[in-house]
Amino acid sequence: MIWNETKECMSCDEMQNLQSVRLTKVVDRVYHNVEYYRKKMQVLGVEPGDINGIEDLHKLPFTTKNDLRDTYPFGLFAAPQSEIVRVHASSGTTGKATVVGYTRRDIEIWSECVARAFSQAGVTKEDKIQIAYGYGLFTGGLGAHYGAEHLGATVVPMSTGNTKKLVTMMKDFEATAIACTPSYLLHIAETLEEMGDLKNIKLKAAICGAEPWTENMRIQMEEKLNIKAFDIYGLSEIMGPGVACDCEYHKGLHVYEDHFLPEIINPETLQPMNEGETGELVFTTLTKEGIPLLRYRTKDLTSIDRSKCECGRTLARISRFKGRSDDMLIIRGVNVFPSQIESALLELGGTTPHYLMIVDRVNNLDRLEVQVEVEERFFSDEIRVLEKLSKQIQHVIQNAIGLQAKIKLVEPKTLERSMGKAVHVIDNRKLV
Amino acid sequence: MFIKQLSVFIENREGRLEQVLEALKKNGVNIISLSLADTSDYGLLRLIVSDPEKGKQGLKEDGFSAMLTEVLAIKLSHRVGQLQELLNVICKAGINVEYMYALSTGKDDASIVIKTSDLPKAWELLKSEGVEAFTARDIAKIQ
Repeated sequence: MIWNETKECMSCDEMQNLQSVRLTKVVDRVYHNVEYYRKKMQVLGVEPGDINGIEDLHKLPFTTKNDLRDTYPFGLFAAPQSEIVRVHASSGTTGKATVVGYTRRDIEIWSECVARAFSQAGVTKEDKIQIAYGYGLFTGGLGAHYGAEHLGATVVPMSTGNTKKLVTMMKDFEATAIACTPSYLLHIAETLEEMGDLKNIKLKAAICGAEPWTENMRIQMEEKLNIKAFDIYGLSEIMGPGVACDCEYHKGLHVYEDHFLPEIINPETLQPMNEGETGELVFTTLTKEGIPLLRYRTKDLTSIDRSKCECGRTLARISRFKGRSDDMLIIRGVNVFPSQIESALLELGGTTPHYLMIVDRVNNLDRLEVQVEVEERFFSDEIRVLEKLSKQIQHVIQNAIGLQAKIKLVEPKTLERSMGKAVHVIDNRKLV
Repeated sequence: MFIKQLSVFIENREGRLEQVLEALKKNGVNIISLSLADTSDYGLLRLIVSDPEKGKQGLKEDGFSAMLTEVLAIKLSHRVGQLQELLNVICKAGINVEYMYALSTGKDDASIVIKTSDLPKAWELLKSEGVEAFTARDIAKIQ
C-alpha cells in the first residue's frame, strides 16, 4: 500500500520543483539561525540568494560528523529551545555524542516517513507491531514507535533485551509485524525454533534496519519465519529510521526525497557522481526545523536509481549499501569507531596499548572481542591483577561505546602490524 | 631472604609453553620448579630457575612478557600438619596467600614457594616459628 500517493508518486518535474522551493527555504533558515552555517557559507562566498533551486546544491558546504562534534551539543540547532520537543543522541567518533533535536513538526514528518516505510512493508492499522529496537537516546525505538502509531497500527513497545518475553508475546498477542535489527530478527527466529513455536506465530512482515545485512540474510529470514522482510534505512543526523525503505520488489530503498535530498559524491574529489555510479551518499534535509543539515556526508557507499519502480513509486532508490568510506563499524546497531576504543584504552594511563577489534556474528548476534597486548607495565605474576585489568578494559570500553566487549589479553607484539601500521579491525561478518 | 621467581605471560594456545622452555634451554637456564596457572585465554607460568635474570633476558629477546617477583621459598619437614600450623600463623596476622606451589629440591624434604600479600611480615612470622628459607645461592646450587 502507498501511504502518501501524492508525494510518493510525484512526477520528476514536480518533485524537483518541490525540492527546489524547500531547499531555498532551508538554506535561508540555517543561514539566519545557525551561526556555524552562516560562517561556513561566508567562507565559500555563498549567500542564500545564490541558491535558487536544486541545481545550485553543489555551491553549498558539506556537513560531517565532526561539525556536529564541534558544535556539541546544540550548536547546529536552527530552532529556539522552546520549540525543541525532543533530543536524540548517537555515539560520536571520539567520545562526544552526536546530538540532534526535533520540533513538534519534525516529529510529525518523521512519523509520516516511518508510516510510509511500514506501509511499503504492507503494515496497516489492522496490524499489531512489536517495536524491538532500543528505546532511549537511540532513534530506533521511539522513531519506529511514533511512525507505527501514526499509521494506526497497534504498537507493542518491546524494546530489546528479553527475547523469550518477546517471543511469548508475539505468540499470545498474535503480532503480525516486527521492527528490529536484522541480526536480532534471526536471533528471534532461532529462539522460536528452540521453543518449537515457529509455526505458532502470525507474523507477516519484518522491517529491519540500523545495521548492514545482505540479500541472503533477507531470504533466509523470510523462509525461516514465512514472512516478508524489508530493509529500512536512516541515521539520526538526518532523522532516524525512515529516511528510506525498500518495497515488495526489493530493487533498492525508496528515499523520501521530498524531505531528504540525496546526492552521490566521489568521497575523494567530493564531486557529484552520475546516476548508477557508486559513491558516498549525501543528504540535505529539506523540511527539518530542529537541526537542518546541508549536504551531510553519511559515509555510506551506494548508488542511486531514479527510474520509476514497479510498485508505482517515483521516489529515487538507493541500492543496498556497499560499505563505508570511513572506518565506522555497526555492531548490534551501534555505531563504533576504532578511535573510540583507542581513546578508551588511553584511560588506562600512558600510551595506548596495541589492540585489535574482532567482530563476529555468533548465533546471529554481533559479538565484539577486543584483544589487548599485555605490555610489561600491565603484567603481573598474579591472575587476580590480570583479571582486574581485563575488567577495567571492559569497563572503559563499555563506557565509550555502550557495548560489552569480550576482552582477551594477548602477548606483546603478537597483534599484526602491517607496514608498521597496526591493523585494528577484523570484521568476520562478511555483510557486504 | 627472598628469592626471585620468573613469571611469564603465555597465551593459551598450542606451542607457546614449549617455546618458553626452548628460550630457557637456549640460555642454559635450569628449571628447578614450576607452577602453571591457567585461565581460558592465557596462562601464567611461574618458575624457580637457576639464573632468573638470565632467564628473563632470554625470554624477552624471544618476545615474551616476563618479570621477576620476590617470593619466599621455605623448608618444611615431612610432618603431618606442619604446613597448616604455619599458615595458621600467617592467616591470624591477616596476611593473604596469593599463591603457593611445591619446590623440588631433590632432597628428602618438603619445600614450598609462597607469595603473600605482605611478604616481609610473613617471613618475620615464619622465622619466629623456626622456619628456614632458601636463599638465591641455595637455589642456584640445586641440580
